[in-house]
Amino acid sequence: MNEFNGEIKKMMIIVSKATLDSVYAAFILANGARAEGIEAEMFFTFFGLEAINKKKLEHLHIATVGNPAMHIPTMLGGFPGMESLASSMMRREMEKIDIPPVHEFLDILKASGVKLWACKLAMDMFHYTKADLYDDVDDILTVGAFYDRSKGLGTHILFI
Amino acid sequence: MTHTKLIGERAISVNDEGYLTDYAQWDAQVAETLAKEINIELTPKHWAVLKFLQEQYKNEVALNIRRIGSSGVVDIKEFYQLFPQGPLKTSTKIAGIPKPASCI
Repeated sequence: MNEFNGEIKKMMIIVSKATLDSVYAAFILANGARAEGIEAEMFFTFFGLEAINKKKLEHLHIATVGNPAMHIPTMLGGFPGMESLASSMMRREMEKIDIPPVHEFLDILKASGVKLWACKLAMDMFHYTKADLYDDVDDILTVGAFYDRSKGLGTHILFI
Repeated sequence: MTHTKLIGERAISVNDEGYLTDYAQWDAQVAETLAKEINIELTPKHWAVLKFLQEQYKNEVALNIRRIGSSGVVDIKEFYQLFPQGPLKTSTKIAGIPKPASCI
């Protein structure tokens, strides 16, 4: 424990999934870091890109199939409309405790000084351009550039 | 645990993290002293924010960054400029009110 006595200086959060719960976990961790005076950057890769895709970001779902924490039979979870139902229930509960919708949350993160990066490889794979993304995304980065930004003592990388 | 802290020649009570344990002991001199400790010189804008926080506290409204943003007193970007090192944490301390327990 000799680097800043183990103090966290910067969180680099990789968002690799677009289920509502993982995206919110990542947002809350980034916002929480800034609230503690810790720098935070987010790298959106693979399906995580949906969280910054203009057309998709307000339509993220939670998984009702293959998610044992839902406590419903897997076959039921597969019925049409189940994901939308569960997701809108979750959104309503979150609004009650003042957790903003995805777009507003991105606005808060940007205003708080969080950097938002899109993964180049995933952008190419999904044939997305910068025009498809939330307007205030900082840039499109390669994984090498992302590591370069992670340099320095007290930086932690978190994969969600 | 509470500790005693000297503001000029007056003693106030604070907790382990330096937050006032008795809001009645807060005054402008307390705010200025606590702000100076984290290198903040209080401007009229800071005072407007502190006043807003105290009103929310008196009305028992839980504070979080979203509520600050929609307060009409300050936007989130400005809030971070006014109190750069963890704005909600430091501004509430200066305002003499408890540290918010919110995760957002």
